[in-house]
Amino acid sequence: MKAAPPPLFVLAAAVGGALGALARWGVDTTWPAGDGFPWGTLTINITGSFLLALLPAFPAVRRHGVLPVLLGTGLLGGWTTLSTYANQGRALFADGRPELAFVYLAATLLACVLAVRLAHTWSTIAAQLEFETEEGNE
Amino acid sequence: MDALLVAAGASVGAPVRYVSGHYLDGRLPLGTLLVNVAGAFLLGLFTSLALDGHQMALLGTGFCGALTTYSALAVKSVELGRRTGTAYAVGTVLLALAAAQLGFVLAS
Repeated sequence: MKAAPPPLFVLAAAVGGALGALARWGVDTTWPAGDGFPWGTLTINITGSFLLALLPAFPAVRRHGVLPVLLGTGLLGGWTTLSTYANQGRALFADGRPELAFVYLAATLLACVLAVRLAHTWSTIAAQLEFETEEGNE
Repeated sequence: MDALLVAAGASVGAPVRYVSGHYLDGRLPLGTLLVNVAGAFLLGLFTSLALDGHQMALLGTGFCGALTTYSALAVKSVELGRRTGTAYAVGTVLLALAAAQLGFVLAS
């Protein structure tokens, strides 16, 4: 079995995650989805995916052991959400709007993948692998 | 008040995701898949239970929101390459949708 993660790293995930979730809550409350298209959550997930894929471009982040977990896994992991996304899709289906549900689910996935590909152009594959090994993408 | 509850819930959800990924993400990121599907299930359950605003801030926006991640899903899908990455991403979304529906139906 793998060694347990250092307590400092678990704490970093907690602190980063709390800050990211607070920012997401701020967007949710000022820009509620209403019963239409969930623009707020879409924007959150695209920006979070872009920024997470951009982090390996900063050597300072990769060099400091705890920063990938604090900023990547914690902050950006807490900022983005799949639970809300899946339940927004479920609600759109339940409301008899399957086309909108499909467009929302597919558009989010495509846009987030494209955002990652774009952000990756600023770093090398070696840097991206190092960031992955440092568990910045959990 | 709700801000504190969101932060409290997330300060549990995010480290659970981190530890799950630490132990279970291998060639396939199964730890990330697990927390994403579990979070979608729980949020479906909580939505159906019609929790009040404070409970939803703690358990929904805070805990489930931080337990799950879209950014890691997107990055890992790209890093897995076209074939495996597409299967991983679409598989996660379909399983999460099914889990959300299951949670919603179970509690209603």
